[in-house]
Parts: sequence; C-alpha cells; structure tokens
Amino acid sequence: MTPLLQVKGLTKHYGTRLGCGDVSFDLWPGEVMGIVGESGSGKSTLLNCLAGHQAPDAGQVIFDTRSDGPVDTVTMSEPARRMLGRTDWAFVHQNARDGLRMGVSAGANVGERLMAVGARHYGDIRAQAVDWLGRVEIAEDRVDDRPRAFSGGMQQRLQIARNLVTGPRLVFMDEPTGGLDVSVQARLLDLLRGLVREMGLSAIIVTHDLAVVRLLADRLMVMKSGHVVETGLTDQVLDDPQHGYTQLLVSSVLQV
Amino acid sequence: MTAMQHDPAYNFAYLDEQTKRMIRRALLKALAIPGYQVPFASREMPMPYGWGTGGVQVTAACLTPEDRLKVIDQGADDTTNAVSIRKFFERTAGVETTEHTTDSTIIQTRHRIPEAPLTEGQILVYQVPIPEPLRFLEPRETETRKMHALEEYGLMYVKLYEDIAHNGAISTAYAYPVKVEGRYVMDPSPIPKFDNPRLESAAIQLFGAGREQRIYAVPPYTQVVSLDFEDHPFEASKADHDCDLCGCGTSYLDEVIVDDAGGRMFVCSDTDFCAGRRAEGHRGRLSGEDAA
Repeated sequence: MTPLLQVKGLTKHYGTRLGCGDVSFDLWPGEVMGIVGESGSGKSTLLNCLAGHQAPDAGQVIFDTRSDGPVDTVTMSEPARRMLGRTDWAFVHQNARDGLRMGVSAGANVGERLMAVGARHYGDIRAQAVDWLGRVEIAEDRVDDRPRAFSGGMQQRLQIARNLVTGPRLVFMDEPTGGLDVSVQARLLDLLRGLVREMGLSAIIVTHDLAVVRLLADRLMVMKSGHVVETGLTDQVLDDPQHGYTQLLVSSVLQV
Repeated sequence: MTAMQHDPAYNFAYLDEQTKRMIRRALLKALAIPGYQVPFASREMPMPYGWGTGGVQVTAACLTPEDRLKVIDQGADDTTNAVSIRKFFERTAGVETTEHTTDSTIIQTRHRIPEAPLTEGQILVYQVPIPEPLRFLEPRETETRKMHALEEYGLMYVKLYEDIAHNGAISTAYAYPVKVEGRYVMDPSPIPKFDNPRLESAAIQLFGAGREQRIYAVPPYTQVVSLDFEDHPFEASKADHDCDLCGCGTSYLDEVIVDDAGGRMFVCSDTDFCAGRRAEGHRGRLSGEDAA
C-alpha cells in the first residue's frame, strides 16, 4: 500500500523568520492526523503549504493521485493543482465565511464544486445539494437561503457539505470547531467523525483544542516554533507525553 | 446621409495617431484570441464614463474618411447617446453618417444588435460597461484572470443555478454569458438575450470598455454559444406581441406606456428596421393613430 500523502522536508520561511521547518510524515488512506500546537507554532503555515495555498521554500508533498499515482504537488502545474483542490482535496476553513460564497444560496454553494467539475444538469445538481444538506443536518427548506441567514454552526456544516460533495479523498481542516460554542462543537464533531468513518476519508486537522484531536485523530503531531517536537498515536501522546512542551500542553487543559 | 465638415482643430476622429495605433494593436490581439479581454490604455474622452467612452475609442481607431457611420442606442438612432456620438464623429472626423444599417460600414451600438443581418465588411462596435462576466461572483481581478486562463468556468453556472433556484427559470435577460469558440466565456455587453444567437455573424464585432480599460472581439463566423443547463436550455426570448407600428412578429420589442390608464404599445426597438418596414407598406395595430 502506498501512503496517500508523503511529506518530505517541508520548509517555509517568512523572510528570516521560520514558518515551519523540515516537516516530514506519511499519511495513509483512511487515516486522520491531528496537528496541535500553540498560536504561531506554524501549524496553519504547514496546512496551507500542504494544500497548495502557499508555496513552500523546500520539500516535497507527494500525493497519490487517482490517475497518475504519486505526484509531487509542489512542482505540479497550477491547473492540475487547482483541479486537485476541487476534486480529491477539500479545505475546511476556521471561519466559514472564508470557505463559503456568502452572496449565493446554500444549494449553489454545495453545487459549485459539482459545476466546477462539469455537472451541467440542474436537476441532478440540486438533488445532490439537497442530499448533502440532509447529511449535515440542514433542513431541505433552507436550500435556497443564503448562508448569512444561517447560524455559525450551520455555516460550518454547510462548508463541510460543500467540500465533501465531490467525494474527496483528503480533507484539510483548519480549526473546524473554532469560534463555535461547546454544544454546537460537540454536534459538529459527531457529524465529522461519522462522515470521516463512513466515507473512508483521510484528513489532516489543525487545532489547538486537544479534545478535538482526542475524538477525531488517529495520530498526532505536536508543533512548537515551526518544528515538530513529538509524533505518535493520539492516545499515546496525550496519555504519556514525552516532550516538555507536550507535557505543558496536556497539563494546561482546563478540567471542569 | 449627411456629411459634415471636419473641424480642423481636431485630429481625424479626435484621438491622436499614436493612441489609435495602440488601440489597433489591442484590437488585432483581441481578434486573434476571440473572447479574450485585452487590456488597453483607455484615454479620457470628452464624455462621462458610462456613455460609451470605450466604444467611441474603438470606433475612432477603426474609422477611415470613406466610412459611413451609424450609431444606435437601444436600437434607436434618435436617442441622446446616439445623437451625441454621431455629432461627435461628424465634427471630429467629418465622416458620412447614416441611419440605415445596410448602408453603414461601421455601427456603434449600445445594448442591441441591429435587426437587419450584418454582412462581411461591416464592423459592429459595442459599448461595454463591465467586461468581466465573473465580476459579480468573484470580485478579485487577479482571481478572475486566473479563472479565464485556466478555463475554470464552473462559477458562471452558479449564477444560472441561482436564477433557476429563485425564479424557476434562467431569468438573466440581458448580458447573458456566452462561450466563444469553445474557449473564453464572454459578457456580450448588455444586449438582450434575444440577440445572443445573432452574435454568430458575418461582421466583425468589437467590444470596448473605457472605464475598465478592456477590449475584446468576436471575429466573423465565430462560434458563440450561450451557457445553459441540459434540463434548462437557453431560450432567446422577446415580448410576446407584434410591433404596433409595423406589425413585425419576429423583431425585439420595446414596451411603451402611452397614457396613465394602463395603455401601452409594443414597438420595434430597432427604429431603422421599423421605419423600413413601414415604408414597404407593413402596418401594425396602432399605425393608423398618431401615438407614434
């Protein structure tokens, strides 16, 4: 079996400052990987470099494409990378407004990716949009409402529907539960866990919330100051942290 | 047909020769890449933006002293915009002007394609307010340019989807997006979608957007396809009436309110076409009265 994503020596500098340095890991099909760390530790930079939103200074991001097998997405042509971005990849932003088109209806938001890959039958597009809204627990009668009429949690679920409608194999999530209250967070996590398991998705989840990775991630990577300081199975890292920073992180979680 | 004296204080057709060369270079590039928006250094013209500064510059760059110019606004030869631009070129270029589509060699138009079929050798110049068909969905110019370059036109269908979702049919009635020669999606300027099938023409069609500094073109006999969905095909629509002056049932109609008691009449928006038919003896519902 080949890994879905192989990252080798990924480095990104902002001028002289380090964004993330020499990150390497493999992601296997169906695996969910969590990246945790404090603000400014380079986790969002890493995610943006992986998803092709930023160009890394060095390193390889090798994705196992459906047609051509493993290909380095850093050096592949921009059209091909953008095509991946709307077919096999999905990107869930922390702020739903960044990932949604706020000026068009929920149905059009979900349908956009279908139309971007060539769907030209209105009835089919709409049926799929309604189906996906149902899967993320948005009522069918809201399909023609604009996202600004939705609550924060609904917007986030709409964003997830919009991303998963083309059946991607790899989902990048940047703080998917940030900015939501805890009960909405819990429902969203429940939904995400269900979808990830049901569709056999691989995912990379960036978060500073250890509870989120405990629930969703199989494997965990801890970052500090742009470097990976500890990796391992989620439960192993969280229950028996080895690195000083990880120990600090785990002991900092507030207990109710 | 009238010819006016060229005011010698102006260079021929107002613009200086270097500017006209610059515009002609942009026009050649636009013709070579049908539907592609070519940037050009649009000049300040002695009229406000939105009155056809782009079209006027394109016309000025194409005019020769032998040309016969026709200017229409919404199909009519006698509206303010058309009259002003016609006078402008009579004074600055001294070219002959005409109201007859078939006699003209260059037609500058706003919002219509003349009803009479255009022929080889004619040039149709459109005034364009916003050349970017994706603008209202994607405000970033850097992004829309990239989408054109990579042929990512899914977003254009999002607009049509929204139309159907909210109105049950594609309700876009003007500036209906088209795909030119299977490659670039283009805004055909705010012509009614009734005119879209006639974008495939024997004439050269040039589009000038002055404020947005873009020129694009459709060469003669170029394929122009209106975008649609498989289950909601494109339909060139018009008011379901005959012209009340000339009785024509196939031309594009304007609706005119004639009194404050709900009275209305439908007339051809192309005044030259309507007058020509009446001269041939065609009569409509109201042609006996002096409502016209």
